[in-house]
Amino acid sequence: MTWLTWRQLRTPVGLVAALVGAVAIALVATRPALMDLFRATGMETCGSNCEAEAKDFLLRSEDLAAAPLFLVGIAVLYLVPAIIGIFWGAPLIARELESGTYRLVWSQSITRTRWLAVKLLAGAAAAMLTAGLLSLVVTWFSSPFDTVRDNRLIPEVFGARGVVPIAYAGLAFALGVLIGVVLRRTVPAMALTLVLLAAIQVVMPTLVRGHLIPPLHDNAALTAQPSGAGGDSFEEMIMSMDGSISVVPKLAKPGAWVLSNRAVTADGSTFRGPFDPASCGREATGGPGKCEKWVLSQNLRQDAVYQPASRYWPLQWVESGLILLVTALLSLLTFWWVRRRLS
Amino acid sequence: MTDAITTRGLTKKYGRKTALNDCTLTVPTGRVVGLVGPNGAGKSTLLQLACGLLRPTAGTIEVLDRRPGSPEHSAKVGFVAQDTPTYAHLSIAEHLRFGRALNHSWDDALAHERIRRLGLDPKQKAGKLSGGQRAQLALTLAMAKRPELLLLDEPVAALDPLARREFLQGLMEHTAEHGTSLILSSHLVADLERTCDYLIVLVDSRIRVAGDVDDLLAEHHRVTGARREAASLPAGHEVIYQTHTGKQSTMIVRSSAPIDDPWWTVEPLGLEDLVLAYMTEAAGITPAPVLEGQR
Repeated sequence: MTWLTWRQLRTPVGLVAALVGAVAIALVATRPALMDLFRATGMETCGSNCEAEAKDFLLRSEDLAAAPLFLVGIAVLYLVPAIIGIFWGAPLIARELESGTYRLVWSQSITRTRWLAVKLLAGAAAAMLTAGLLSLVVTWFSSPFDTVRDNRLIPEVFGARGVVPIAYAGLAFALGVLIGVVLRRTVPAMALTLVLLAAIQVVMPTLVRGHLIPPLHDNAALTAQPSGAGGDSFEEMIMSMDGSISVVPKLAKPGAWVLSNRAVTADGSTFRGPFDPASCGREATGGPGKCEKWVLSQNLRQDAVYQPASRYWPLQWVESGLILLVTALLSLLTFWWVRRRLS
Repeated sequence: MTDAITTRGLTKKYGRKTALNDCTLTVPTGRVVGLVGPNGAGKSTLLQLACGLLRPTAGTIEVLDRRPGSPEHSAKVGFVAQDTPTYAHLSIAEHLRFGRALNHSWDDALAHERIRRLGLDPKQKAGKLSGGQRAQLALTLAMAKRPELLLLDEPVAALDPLARREFLQGLMEHTAEHGTSLILSSHLVADLERTCDYLIVLVDSRIRVAGDVDDLLAEHHRVTGARREAASLPAGHEVIYQTHTGKQSTMIVRSSAPIDDPWWTVEPLGLEDLVLAYMTEAAGITPAPVLEGQR
């Protein structure tokens, strides 16, 4: 049975392994130059105050082959689970149902359950191993960038690091198999698998991930921030012709994933002005500094919802656990469907 | 004694569509059984219920005195599905490996010997085989399990006459040598006429008639005479089919007792005409005056 599973999966598995291998070789080959730059710019030794070094590193890294490969690394970690779902999962049983060979294999001296269990376990193991190796290489390769940018929690990066891609590869495979079993047609099953996987990759970061662990909620009086260059207390300050003003306060939480960050009035609603024409706007004299002072005098509070950088691993594990739970449920449904609905 | 198949009130529905309706049937072992009926009559459903691919919606089926579905049971029942499915990208040798891996009772020597005798190249992919060769490969897989009962669903429907003869010949040789019980389905009686000694006619998801071929032939008669109503026949005669022209009546009658009314001319009936009479009756159509094969 293991032999049959391998015989039927070896071509698509080989193709994905070749893709992963090629990417891994490119990453391994270009990382030494990246680390040289990391050391040369002083990033390795700068400790906690690395702003200048980081700027220098990011500027000079643009000339390295590693810069586009950083993006490639993220792209393949989203692509590979999708490929696994579409080309390993969806045809796995749909092709047997479509070509009639299920009647051949199900009339051998082996239960359908065992047949399916071997196929599902072997396929899922190969899928997760592939994604795991790829994630390991990409996470390792990208570590200088991730250290400098300190943004491992932002959705694009988070989903392409650590253990999360392993869980998504398992999910993609199980989802593909189930859709193939339900639709009984290979090509429609592949298409629907792609659509659903894409939807999951949109829904998870936008609606689910931020709340897997209740996010932190800061609500404090809006005060002047310790001045950087020019003393801006705000990330953003936009005034409109109609007299309204919108302000995004700075949030001094390095590496945090900010879910919402607003300046609110005493009653809790988002501050919109109207602004004082003497301090802000076209007719005002005294520049942005005066306007800023005026905003700060409006008795506002900063209301921020975020996941701090320290939550990176807890979020990785919780999301992986959730995805693997869904994977297990989909697989159980596949067993039920194959045993009951297809007989 | 063990029966090949015993069903009681066997019913299978796909959603609202009834494929097999309340079938009660006993098929003895050691026979070559022809399962005949038009396309869509439920032949495939009955065979797939027998090999455990499908579960009954209602009623029971026992094959070799056991409920189908367990691996031990599957080892005793060989099944060649309709259109003889094989894995197009697997070679013949890989198919034999597949059979060996999935069946404890696998007879590797038998399988390889059979492939050799058929003159097939083990390295050839199944997708490159002709229809007849593919059917032979599927049959080899079923035979090498050394089953007690072989079920074949329309095995020769897609084969040309020569391949059909070779296929059936190989099948009969094996059956005779190993004492295997055999059930073959077909929508054409002609395919089975020379091979089967037991007949089941399945029409419109119901069993119309089942029995030993010789008994069936002895009991069925074509009766012709000047026009008279069927009711005028003596009791104990079941009229399967009747047609009347202005002057003459023709009937197919089932009766164990002889018909000695001088009004009627009684003739024996061929197997094909017998089956067609049952099919025509079920279809409720006015048949052609002369019953002939469909080909």
